[in-house]
Amino acid sequence: MNTHFKTTRRDVLKGGGALVVSFSFGAQAGDALAQTAAAAKPLALTEVDSYLAIDAKGMCTVYSGKVDLGTGTDTALRQMAAEELDLPLNRIKLVTGDTLLTPDQGTTWGSLTIQSGGVQIRQASAAAKAALLEEAAKRLNVKKEELSVAGGVVSGGGKRIAYAQLIGGKSFSIKLDPKQPVPTKDPKTFKLVGTSVPRVDIPGKATGTFTYMQDFRVPGMLHGRVVRPPAMQAKLESVDEASIKGIRSAKVIRQGNFLAVVAANEWAAIKGARQLKATWSKWEGLPEQSKLYEHVRATKVAKDEVTSTVGNAAEALGQGAKKLAATYDFAIHTHGSIGPSCAVAEFKDGKLTSWSASQATHTLRKQLAQMFAMPVDDVRCLYLEGAGCYGRNGHEDAAADAALLAKATGKPVRVQWSRADEHGWDPKGPPTLIDLRAAMDGSGTVTAWESEFFIPQSAGGFLVPLVAATLAEMPYEKHIAPGNIIRNSDIPYKFANVKTVCHRLESTPFTPSWIRTPGRMQNTYANECFMDELAAAASADPIEFRLKYLDPADTRGIEILNRLVALAKWDKRPSPKGGQSGDVVKGRGVSYVKYELVRTYVGVVAEVEVNRATGIIKVPKFYITHDCGQIINPDGLKNQLEGNIIQTVSRTLLEELKFNRSAVTSLDWASYPILTFPDVPDIAMDLIDRPTMPPWGAGEPAAAVVPSAISNAVFDATGVRLRSIPYTPEKVKAALRGAA
Amino acid sequence: MATRPLTVNGKRVSITVDDPDMPLLYALRDDLALKGPRFGCGLAQCGACTVHVDGRAVRSCVTPLSSIKPGQRVVTLEGLGTPQNPHPVQRAFIEEQAVQCGYCINGMIMEAAAFLARNRRPTETQIKQALANNLCRCGTHARIVRAVKRAATA
Ligand code: FES
Ligand code: FES
Repeated sequence: MNTHFKTTRRDVLKGGGALVVSFSFGAQAGDALAQTAAAAKPLALTEVDSYLAIDAKGMCTVYSGKVDLGTGTDTALRQMAAEELDLPLNRIKLVTGDTLLTPDQGTTWGSLTIQSGGVQIRQASAAAKAALLEEAAKRLNVKKEELSVAGGVVSGGGKRIAYAQLIGGKSFSIKLDPKQPVPTKDPKTFKLVGTSVPRVDIPGKATGTFTYMQDFRVPGMLHGRVVRPPAMQAKLESVDEASIKGIRSAKVIRQGNFLAVVAANEWAAIKGARQLKATWSKWEGLPEQSKLYEHVRATKVAKDEVTSTVGNAAEALGQGAKKLAATYDFAIHTHGSIGPSCAVAEFKDGKLTSWSASQATHTLRKQLAQMFAMPVDDVRCLYLEGAGCYGRNGHEDAAADAALLAKATGKPVRVQWSRADEHGWDPKGPPTLIDLRAAMDGSGTVTAWESEFFIPQSAGGFLVPLVAATLAEMPYEKHIAPGNIIRNSDIPYKFANVKTVCHRLESTPFTPSWIRTPGRMQNTYANECFMDELAAAASADPIEFRLKYLDPADTRGIEILNRLVALAKWDKRPSPKGGQSGDVVKGRGVSYVKYELVRTYVGVVAEVEVNRATGIIKVPKFYITHDCGQIINPDGLKNQLEGNIIQTVSRTLLEELKFNRSAVTSLDWASYPILTFPDVPDIAMDLIDRPTMPPWGAGEPAAAVVPSAISNAVFDATGVRLRSIPYTPEKVKAALRGAA
Repeated sequence: MATRPLTVNGKRVSITVDDPDMPLLYALRDDLALKGPRFGCGLAQCGACTVHVDGRAVRSCVTPLSSIKPGQRVVTLEGLGTPQNPHPVQRAFIEEQAVQCGYCINGMIMEAAAFLARNRRPTETQIKQALANNLCRCGTHARIVRAVKRAATA
């Protein structure tokens, strides 16, 4: 490792990315110094300086491309950096999601912030600390091995020197090579990692001092509201600008089919957008909702992806003594962030600055540059936290709306989506249809497993088209980007013959994107329900049945299920329970996932009560065992697991996007209900911490097992399988009638 | 243009508006630069915008400014307490770490504070009923209930 420190002009960048209105950043025309400074902040993933800097006061600024979407990672990332650098937590400042300052560590998705982003920061921190020690050894003239560090001060041989004196304001100029990881601290010596450090953002959020994206303002800013077409692909025929004449300062902005109202104050913009009269062409290109899955099944397959093959499943299916087949479906879901998307944009001297709650500012930057046909270098995107974000929702689209309006008006513009904009126009989790077949021999051993998943293709890349660009007919890439939805279509169970295929469909009714646990939730749902069907057909206990087929070498998976038996005081017996009388019957169901078959293990048991008269399912209790390797912050992890379970109970029991032939009709919380307090389950947890193992993601895996656990529990209670999400009372009653 | 006097967080202020029927939420957020009350739906469906008017929890997104009398006491999350000196309910939320994104938390704290002021020793079921019209998408409910319980027993 090369450890000479260079002076830079980083101090020019001070304040960049902070939540202040007046900061100067980037290059103003003719400001060569700022330009040099901006260029001087490295962003490469292979440079320590990309991730951190220590100033003359000993404050360490960590630069993270991964952002906190409301999950507490701003605290966890600080813990990881502080631990490795031997700094107290309050000496770490964190800058996230600023394309000028933070490295492109990839979109904040896939439960990878700690596992991938955090590990990169940990590596940079370890390399920085090693360099600091080496430099300290030289300056103090003490052997490196005899040095110790506490609170950012290196001591040895009776002498001391602070990080600030060693590096303050200079760059590390150290290269990182992912193939040759830097040695990191022995987990036995951890002081911060593995402890429930309180989250840094909570006091501000609980007292109204935290600045969300929705609170951000710039001087001279206008307020914008979009007016979306009443039918998704309708053409704008005419606009009656006089219809908002009475609203002071309100002005219509129109470009192609993009329509908006801007005004000096927010309420004027809202009233203007509501009052504006426009005529649109008719469009009825959506499938009929009642025939959605016929539509899905009939959609042309762009390509087949075989995600696993073992033996010859087709042949073995033909020979089985007992055959089973089932079809599962999973409704279209909306993200439903509690705060609708919001963004601010400003064009100045030909450069665009965009503030948004985008989970992918580096990607957004490319999309905005393309939309306005401008160099990427002339666009800067900054992240500010919005309401909880569980995937690619409307933030990027609001950013594009704001940019378009800023360009059109020559003023900074803030766009706040309405609730109807959010429900109606954020990209959706696509509908999923799954066929499964299996065969067993006479002894109840599974001999074949075959599955087909009807899911949209990924075409192009991961750029979900920006709504404003499509409406205004500006340049954009026509990608279809539902996320990595084929994972977990293959199974963790060792059967003699297996074939799993994803039919990647040419299209899907709504612009798709990823919503928490995309594909992995739907696929795990079908697999784990069908696994339960097999267990019942074999008259086996569902946990024992799973254990029988898990790879004996996969001891972590086996431990998850064994600990789940203990946690849930699991009563070993086949399902259904039977022998229950009265309207309300109780049951329990299990589900298991090894996330993407390579990481985080989760086991859950759901306890349900099904009212056979009303069809209402209650889920009073969940048990979860969870192994994500090294735990960074146990309380943060628990918070995530509670969130995963509660949110997914909501998705399982209640959520389904409604639409007519023209547009989404679930435009508010009354038409897209979510779970409320009286129906929230109690959750018992057993977290398996493995300090010596790599930290894996925890933001998604637990959600994958919730729908199947509930379905399996309903079967245990009633003897009836539910195979269509959501499990509304009507569907429950219909299923019970069908079985009667 | 009209000027409306208001009492917000103990201070007399006046707000100049084109439309006296503008919801209180926008006066608080845009004219007074308060960040506690949040826009979530504008439809009285989620509770994110909740403030107190004379101690009652109200949805500021559907409360016309014109309906608030000058002497009525409007209190926002900021008026309840500060990071240095939080209200017992705010303290309980911080101690229970009852926040994921926190966007709903203004409503949860304001609703709970108004509820606890009339019902000092509620049962868990009563707490859940009191918060039944406040939505949280992150699934922070379990912690929120623990926080309200903690505040009730503090
Ligand atoms: S914003 Fe007022 S209730 Fe939702
Ligand atoms: S904490 Fe995110 S909506 Fe409640």
